Amino acid sequence: MAKVFEKPHALSDVSMHYCPGCTHGIIHRLVAEVIDELGIEGRTIGVAPVGCSVFAYNYFECDMQEAAHGRAPAVATGIKRAVKDSIVFTYQGDGDLAAIGTAETVHAAARGENITIIFVNNAIYGMTGGQMAPTSLVGQVTQTTPYGRDTSTQGYPIRVCEMLSQVEGAAYLERVAVNNIPNIRKAKKAIKKAFQNQIDGKGFSLIEVLSICPTNWGMSPQESMKWLEENMMPVYPLGVYKDKEQGEA
Amino acid sequence: MAKVTFNEQKCKGCGLCVSVCPKKIISFADNLNAKGFKPAQVVNMDECIGCASCAIICPDCVIEVER
Repeated sequence: MAKVFEKPHALSDVSMHYCPGCTHGIIHRLVAEVIDELGIEGRTIGVAPVGCSVFAYNYFECDMQEAAHGRAPAVATGIKRAVKDSIVFTYQGDGDLAAIGTAETVHAAARGENITIIFVNNAIYGMTGGQMAPTSLVGQVTQTTPYGRDTSTQGYPIRVCEMLSQVEGAAYLERVAVNNIPNIRKAKKAIKKAFQNQIDGKGFSLIEVLSICPTNWGMSPQESMKWLEENMMPVYPLGVYKDKEQGEA
Repeated sequence: MAKVTFNEQKCKGCGLCVSVCPKKIISFADNLNAKGFKPAQVVNMDECIGCASCAIICPDCVIEVER
């Protein structure tokens, strides 16, 4: 018998701190598998965010750098420009990328920086205990919206892929999900393309991954997967939002 | 002929593998691991088809698959 599935080399053997069923672990593994398959572990530098995935630097075997809250794309810009043959990716949550780090994200895209961003959207602030995020759905109950997100005072969810698709400098934008096996396979394909784009010098690539937060959503992991499909996907449709190679998607 | 191996100590008992197994052969052990979770296990390995669905959805890289 031959091994058909084992831990990728680029993922460290450390036990992750994430809650049971948290899909950060799946997305970490997909990134590590892509790094393995492209054979770029030695020249890859990851930038970790602030949020649940703040300890991402412990889980990847490549070089890692921690960034101040939301500033990962700015830090990645500096690393990429200073170490030109490196492959630089950031791994950010929705609070980091779409709230405090919106400016860095939009301007890194506008400059067309040749970096890869993995954006994990679980529609809530995880690490701080389940407060409303910019990506929380209308009517979603969180710690800070106990009666549901009310658009008259809390506004509407930010759709990052749609927003960035208007930015000329962005090369590749795709939204994927990790709620079932086919979608996990598609997510890996998208992440691989985002890294390949950088190797080929094509510019700014961002993959938004719809993810779950069983702890702060107050559901089991299985119920969360269903909630993602029924509630998040209609608001955040999956697909390619921009691919400069193919023209506008 | 296929075999899955669970790293019992890394398992957090989230049950995602249980929910995706097409043969429904994954269950939780009666004992607790060092983290205090009941780890996932396969009792009847003969029925495993080695599809690796459990390993693909596992957030903690608990599972190795041989085929």
